Amino acid sequence: MTMPRGMLDTHHDMRDGAALSRRNFLKIAATVGAAASGGLLFAFSMPARSQGEARKSVIGGDGVEAPQDGVFAPNAFIQIDRSGKVTLIIPKVEMGQGVYTSIPMLLAEELEVPLDSVTLDHAPPNEKLFLDPLLGGQLTGGSTSIRYAWEPMRKAGASTRMLLVEAAAQRWQVDPASCTAQAGQVLHAATNRSFGYGELVDDAAKLPPPQDVKLKDPKDFKLIGKPIKRLDSPEKVDGVAVFGLDVRLPDMVYAAIASCPVFGGKLASVDDTHAKKIPGVQQVVKFDNGVAVIGAHTWAAKRGLQALQIQWNEGAGAQVSMDTLIDDLANASRRDGAVARKDGDVGQAFSGAKTRIDAIYQQPFLAHATMEPVNCTLHVRPDGCDVWIGSQVPTRVVDAAAKVTGLPPEKIVVHNHLLGGGFGRRLEIDMVTQAAKVARQLSVPVKVVWTREEDIQQDMYRPYYYDRISAGLDANNKPVAWQHRIVGSSILSRFAPPAVKNGVDPDAVEVAADLPYDLPNQLIDYVRQEPRDVPTAFWRGVGPTRAAFVVESFVDELAAQAKVDPVKYRQDLLGKSPRALNVLNLAAQQAKWTPGAQQPGNGKGRGVSVLNAFGSYFAMVVDVTVTNGEVRVDHVTCAVDCGVAVNPDTIEAQIQGGAIFGITAALYGQITIRNGRVEQSNFTDYRILRINETPAIDVHIVQSSEAPGGIGEPGTSALQPALANAIFAATGKRLRSLPVGDQLKSA
Amino acid sequence: MTTLDVNGQQYTVDAPADMPLLWALRDLAGLTGTKFGCGIAQCGACTVHLDGVAVRSCVLPVAAVGARKITTIEGVGATPAGKKVQEAWRAIDVVQCGYCQSGQVMSAAALLASNPAPTDADIDAAMAGNICRCGTYNRIRAAVKQAAKGA
Repeated sequence: MTMPRGMLDTHHDMRDGAALSRRNFLKIAATVGAAASGGLLFAFSMPARSQGEARKSVIGGDGVEAPQDGVFAPNAFIQIDRSGKVTLIIPKVEMGQGVYTSIPMLLAEELEVPLDSVTLDHAPPNEKLFLDPLLGGQLTGGSTSIRYAWEPMRKAGASTRMLLVEAAAQRWQVDPASCTAQAGQVLHAATNRSFGYGELVDDAAKLPPPQDVKLKDPKDFKLIGKPIKRLDSPEKVDGVAVFGLDVRLPDMVYAAIASCPVFGGKLASVDDTHAKKIPGVQQVVKFDNGVAVIGAHTWAAKRGLQALQIQWNEGAGAQVSMDTLIDDLANASRRDGAVARKDGDVGQAFSGAKTRIDAIYQQPFLAHATMEPVNCTLHVRPDGCDVWIGSQVPTRVVDAAAKVTGLPPEKIVVHNHLLGGGFGRRLEIDMVTQAAKVARQLSVPVKVVWTREEDIQQDMYRPYYYDRISAGLDANNKPVAWQHRIVGSSILSRFAPPAVKNGVDPDAVEVAADLPYDLPNQLIDYVRQEPRDVPTAFWRGVGPTRAAFVVESFVDELAAQAKVDPVKYRQDLLGKSPRALNVLNLAAQQAKWTPGAQQPGNGKGRGVSVLNAFGSYFAMVVDVTVTNGEVRVDHVTCAVDCGVAVNPDTIEAQIQGGAIFGITAALYGQITIRNGRVEQSNFTDYRILRINETPAIDVHIVQSSEAPGGIGEPGTSALQPALANAIFAATGKRLRSLPVGDQLKSA
Repeated sequence: MTTLDVNGQQYTVDAPADMPLLWALRDLAGLTGTKFGCGIAQCGACTVHLDGVAVRSCVLPVAAVGARKITTIEGVGATPAGKKVQEAWRAIDVVQCGYCQSGQVMSAAALLASNPAPTDADIDAAMAGNICRCGTYNRIRAAVKQAAKGA
């Protein structure tokens, strides 16, 4: 997912230099919070780590406070104080993908400071300072973090280092070229003198920024390319890490929420007689499409919610079920779409083709099911509003809170946190809007936490997609004609409308309209069809996850039709894409792929996929065993070319995790709608892969000097078709819809 | 008022008898390292130890705890198995988003305390109740084995 610069509102630059003393407020909150909940008589202290570790968290704050006097802040990202402490205002959020390690690595590499000396602050909302041109806003998503940070973060580090060196050289009255920077110090070897960075900040702050910033030669990298341990690992192992859900504030109350179970429905009436008798229940708060019970603690709020008698105005949405939605899509698929790509003459190519294959592929609604359920804590006062949340879109959080409260955006302060999983869910601000509707009716901070049931049933879903795809093969079984119609929800039409041009949603056609294969005649079009009132949103891998399943499954169909080994068939089509061919060859080699070795029907099979997405090239080989219709994934082999591998350890972890996310979705994942309601409710019926079901996953990284590509999502995208192709190899059954579910079980 | 023995400290909290231990720890005792994930003992994010045994605190009423000693993620590092597990988790760099990891560490520590040399099948049995949405399972397995080696 990429969007051009300037696509989103960019009015969030009001806090340049504004001194907002919220960080101290949080610190106070941490010490008095327990007493405020009313239940605790024993003062609690922050959990201590093992001895010798002075610092509990690598995260020092949420960046809403302006630098103090004596702090050198040469750019939006770096602050160095007189003690030499380096703080990185980190423009991306950490949701597991490792950017709170890899982005500091980029900075430390050029600034010449020890990585573990860097403290991180979550960046405040500020589109001007923290805009990611790939996404058109201050967003974390689309596997862009390292692609975005690669140049600016190294330049920020290098230019700051140059100023510190210049300051030292002036004091010593020597040529800056005779000085070196190392481990937070400037050294003058000839005279054996040195200054710590902290001693230089006052002088450096007076110098003009350097004009010609030269970055290190990659051969001199000390950090980049090394498997570096995560900076956020210790605090996530001992319970110190603070996620949005962990916020504690003086006088804070807790809210449990029920939203109308039918999409588009509204609250009609509530009888709270019984709820109000439950000890700890303080108040019942209504809003347009739901009701909240406010309690002294979560349990009181939850029990109170259960005791409510709620009447809903379900509306027309209650008539909608999967049949309706799939009929809508099937009907739409018969219309011509907006053309995303047209090469050659597809009609003529089909006429001349020897064989024609047509298929319809379908992929279900999916929930995000982040392990940290959706939550938001808000305090609305007449003069302002504070929001505590873990969000991929801090500026949109401001907008949402401002809209509901009527307060000007500059009066909204966002305290961002670690995210207990994102996967696209925390690109949305529905939880902020909802929490604001509750909080504006209260005078104290309120923490709104969704139950898992609410989290599954009130999600914004990966949309159901319906694809028609056809190919014409010539006498040599080459696809001389290729036509692909993509039908489904346009998330960008809601999320960033200017990104949709001439009816083509670039996310909907991503990968499908830019395949690595040699396809001389191709026509890719898109028909927008919204699922009525079911809200849709981005989900890990976005367009490429959806497209890869269709295209890579269909290429496998063509190989089977041609009776050619699926790796060989792809190799022959990748002549114009050397990086894709290279990863395919590497994956096949590492997996010991043997053409012709597959014996369909014996229950064991292996499948392959190739993907170029998010600036990276992937090939995956998946091995499965199918027994009585149950699929077990035995092994995953992945080859990746993501350009410079900034932190290979994180890359391996992201690909393993991405693959597991893909296996979960491919085998089990589906949200179904009946009478306007989501039928699934918790991990019992929205199943997630567990450790005993997890295969070995080998990751092979190509050494490359190309600019870094994205890594958080493509593992999920590449996995699903390779898995479906493995099932075909094992059983002879081609799955044109997901999830696998019970499709392989004999009727 | 209910008095809970958590990590060797006494916490007296105003918790209704049916309140799950999870909420007493998080909302009343201020120990937020223990996480809420599902509320029905399906995901393991809320795992704590009762007298050294792993339990799901989201379905365990405070009244059922009695005088048993509670260990949470904030205190498990003081136990020999917990210390080894945390060290292995850091050495292997298991975590991603980290939200489920309190529960993973607690389940692993309970496993190693009762079974210092677990097989793959033992690890499956002890850890299958803990969901990780980021998919850190390969490294969890490696870290449990490394912690066991250090036993």
